[in-house]
Amino acid sequence: MHEMAVCESLLSAMEEAAKAQNFSRVTRVRLAIGRFAGIEVEALRFGFDVVTRGSLADGAELVVLEEEGTAWCFDCSDTVPLNHRLAPCPKCGGERLLPNGGTEMKIKDLEVM
Amino acid sequence: MCTVCGCSGDGATISEAHGHSHDHAHSHGHDHPHTHTHADGTTHSHAHGHGHAHGHDHDQHDHGPHHPDDHHHPAPDAGTLDYGTGPARAHAPGLSQARMVEIETSILAKNDDYAGRNRTRLDAAGVLALNLLSGPGAGKTTLLVETLKALSGRLPCAVIEGDQQTDNDAARIRAVGVPAVQINTGKGCHLDAHMVGHALEKLPLPPGGVLFIENVGNLVCPAAFDLGETKRVTLISVAEGEDKPLKYPDIFEGADLVLITKADLAPHVDADMATLEANIRRINPKADILTTSSRGEIGLSRWIAWLEAARAARLNDLASAREAEASALRAAAGGAR
Repeated sequence: MHEMAVCESLLSAMEEAAKAQNFSRVTRVRLAIGRFAGIEVEALRFGFDVVTRGSLADGAELVVLEEEGTAWCFDCSDTVPLNHRLAPCPKCGGERLLPNGGTEMKIKDLEVM
Repeated sequence: MCTVCGCSGDGATISEAHGHSHDHAHSHGHDHPHTHTHADGTTHSHAHGHGHAHGHDHDQHDHGPHHPDDHHHPAPDAGTLDYGTGPARAHAPGLSQARMVEIETSILAKNDDYAGRNRTRLDAAGVLALNLLSGPGAGKTTLLVETLKALSGRLPCAVIEGDQQTDNDAARIRAVGVPAVQINTGKGCHLDAHMVGHALEKLPLPPGGVLFIENVGNLVCPAAFDLGETKRVTLISVAEGEDKPLKYPDIFEGADLVLITKADLAPHVDADMATLEANIRRINPKADILTTSSRGEIGLSRWIAWLEAARAARLNDLASAREAEASALRAAAGGAR
């Protein structure tokens, strides 16, 4: 359940942005979460509600944009699309793959007041 | 008071290297007054009662390129897209309007920033730092104790221990004469770079030596948090089942080395070593894989050899980087003459 720590980090990023950019309330947060970022979106939503309670983002809408995954195929020596960690390479059917895209979790933007 | 960061308390407790602990729960609080002053001198004291909180429903991509000249805020960050400059010119006194603030940064940027600071510190001391990850009971602490005994008198070492509770593990390390700091994460399921930064303040770093960071036993959460380590080492014992790497890929994916531990137990638990290794390779084709046992014949020799090679490579890399810096400085001095 490291999603809770991720949400705390998100809250602290919003609080810093609030100071730097002069807003006092966040009404919507858009995140981009990669398929291989190791984040369970439902756990993230739960954590978000708990962590933001009473904060500047209390009640904010959480929008999660899920980003597709890609992986380096050691057999093709190429980056290929991959939507499941244990799926074979869509080009050669090989299994020697290491994710190289969709591994990040980012804050895209905030709707603020 | 927190000298590293001015932090807002992570609830973790960090012991001294010799074994006492103090509570590290800062409570600077999150006291953000909802009052602020705009460039035009207007001071808002937001009661959020403006009646159009969600009324704008911006699709910000329809607003075209952003116009820096339209910004109303003093020195906004370059990354700001201010959509609050609509018809209402919303910063009139007593009026507020939703706007979009583009962030485009990793959610864990702060952790990564602390990890970078840890890395700088470890680089300066020439320390090889290893982040040891595994599920609970894979044998991290026993491996460490036996490793430290084997390295005694050969390599200077230090240890950071992470557990939710107790300083049992740090006590086991100190018992073999190596300085250890215990981090108790409380409810936390992983170490983060911030906690490790605080632990580093209390730990005499062994210049040119090895720092072992034993993460909280957990096959999931620690994977996401960079601690500033040089290498990641994931342990899996033969008793855990061959398909663990497939079930919990993240922790294996980022590993530089996977240590298969408790190999002496393999015959007793019907471990299929070839399948285990194939599953590790499937998740991480790049990792080194070594089989060890802290007890019995298989022993730790290959792991110790890996460690010594990794340390030598680390020191050579750092030395080359510093030589390059020195030549650049000499060249600059020569050029100025």
